[in-house]
Amino acid sequence: MSSFDTSIQLIYVLAAACFVIGLHLMNSPATARRGNQASTAGMVIAGIATLVLLIHSNSVTGVGWAVLIVGSAIGSAIGLFAARDVQMTAMPQLVSMFNSVGGGAAALIAIYEYVHDESSAGGVLGTTTVTTLLDVIIGAVTFSGSIVAAGKLQGLIPGQPLIFRGGRLLNIALGVVIAGAGIFMLTTASQPALVIVLLAALAFGVMMVLPIGGADMPVVISLLNAFTGTAVAMAGFVIANWALIVAGALVGASGGILTKLMADAMNRSLANIIVGGFGTGDAAVALEGAADAQVRAIAADDAAIQLAYAAKVIVVPGYGLAAAQAQHGVAELASLLEARGIEVSYAIHPVAGRMPGHMNVLLAEANVPYPQLVEMDEINPEFARTDVALVIGANDVTNPAARRPGTAISGMPILDVDQAKSIIVVKRSMGHGYAGLDNELYTDPKTSMYFADAKKAMQQLTAAVKTLVG
Amino acid sequence: MSTALVTDLTIFVLALLVGIEVIGKVPATLHTPLMSATNSIHGIVLAGALLIGVTAHSVFGYILAFVAAVFASANVVGGYVVTGRMLKMFRRRTPVEKGQGGGE
Repeated sequence: MSSFDTSIQLIYVLAAACFVIGLHLMNSPATARRGNQASTAGMVIAGIATLVLLIHSNSVTGVGWAVLIVGSAIGSAIGLFAARDVQMTAMPQLVSMFNSVGGGAAALIAIYEYVHDESSAGGVLGTTTVTTLLDVIIGAVTFSGSIVAAGKLQGLIPGQPLIFRGGRLLNIALGVVIAGAGIFMLTTASQPALVIVLLAALAFGVMMVLPIGGADMPVVISLLNAFTGTAVAMAGFVIANWALIVAGALVGASGGILTKLMADAMNRSLANIIVGGFGTGDAAVALEGAADAQVRAIAADDAAIQLAYAAKVIVVPGYGLAAAQAQHGVAELASLLEARGIEVSYAIHPVAGRMPGHMNVLLAEANVPYPQLVEMDEINPEFARTDVALVIGANDVTNPAARRPGTAISGMPILDVDQAKSIIVVKRSMGHGYAGLDNELYTDPKTSMYFADAKKAMQQLTAAVKTLVG
Repeated sequence: MSTALVTDLTIFVLALLVGIEVIGKVPATLHTPLMSATNSIHGIVLAGALLIGVTAHSVFGYILAFVAAVFASANVVGGYVVTGRMLKMFRRRTPVEKGQGGGE
């Protein structure tokens, strides 16, 4: 290694250190912004080092420079535009698209290196090929899978699990093709085999995400995030670049941890989610005994009285709240209650949104101070001391049936909303949640149902509280 | 196995362990910005995309370099901007209205 190469590698190590420090600072909302800045600084350092390397190599052609500069400019413009304009409710789609292009770029690097090596050196090194293969496979699966995931989140592709006859068989067939062509490539340099691996991996990505239901998206996005990281790390192996290896490993670790957290929050194994089909078929059987129970409806004025004269209120938001764009309305109602000296906090279930932590961002956008956003394990003991639990757009995560065995959601960690002294559920109708179950919380004698669209309900409640207390 | 591959693997495994250690401490409140931040970190793939330029001297190489550069730069720029935008929204206290003291 020449002293120049060593210096460049050391600068890459510095960049990698910035990434680690940046992630470390993300352990508290107070320092998280500095974390992002540290990480950005690392990226700028790595970018400059790469430019120096390009110039120093003295072998980038004029066309090469034009291609790189124009390409980066176009990409940056697209990224900037997307990042500035995206609604916070659409964050999962955007993250998914970034996973997609990241994985795609990683796969392209391996493809280029493979084809380039083969044509220039007349063969391929065995070690390069294993990581090259992994890079192409994981990168391509991430690329197509993330596009499908984003399509589902955006509503362009139906959110329910799309399962068709022979789908699983096709997946196995694709797996066999990928493995077969891949093993062949390890012994013989072959461009057609690479094309087969690439196409089969792209198809596999689509087939992997199609059968997964919309409410499982937090798991899928996390998993694809881990895939992207791994693909980038593999690209680092292929081109012997430590910055890519370290960054990829960090992202892989993060995605892996989040995948596990999300799967645990739904009490489902990863395999079960990937196989898909939740919320269809036998899961939709109603609970016995629940059908004949009565629900109690409540009007805005009565709900407002309960809230205005409570000492402690916990808001339980679910994705329905975000879908109805009611987060600002909730925040307004909450600050009105707070102004009366009422203690207000928010109980956030890990899978309340469409990606890990999504609900926190949606509420933060509505100016809810983050100390009020409380995680499930922390808030659960609080419900017993709570006068009113206001459930908005959350369903399965509040269903006490999860504590008993024998239901579709048994064993899923839930918010102990039923422990509160009284419960107000804002809901449009008695429709089922994602699991297709009756929610036993609704028939609890302490529960009142406030049938309305979440956004309108918040406006009415706020107005009612205002007139009530002057 | 070559020494270089062993070195690379060592770095990979250690970085993975560091990642698990560091990221395990991030609170659930910040999981979306975390994912977005890691998203921008894997934008480092831009370095790899640009380095294609060193040896790309054919139409095929130029096309791959171009597409990879577009993908990776969208990833890195978009990732950092959107993470910054999100983190700006996390406030300890609502900055508006008549000094309400409720909350924690």
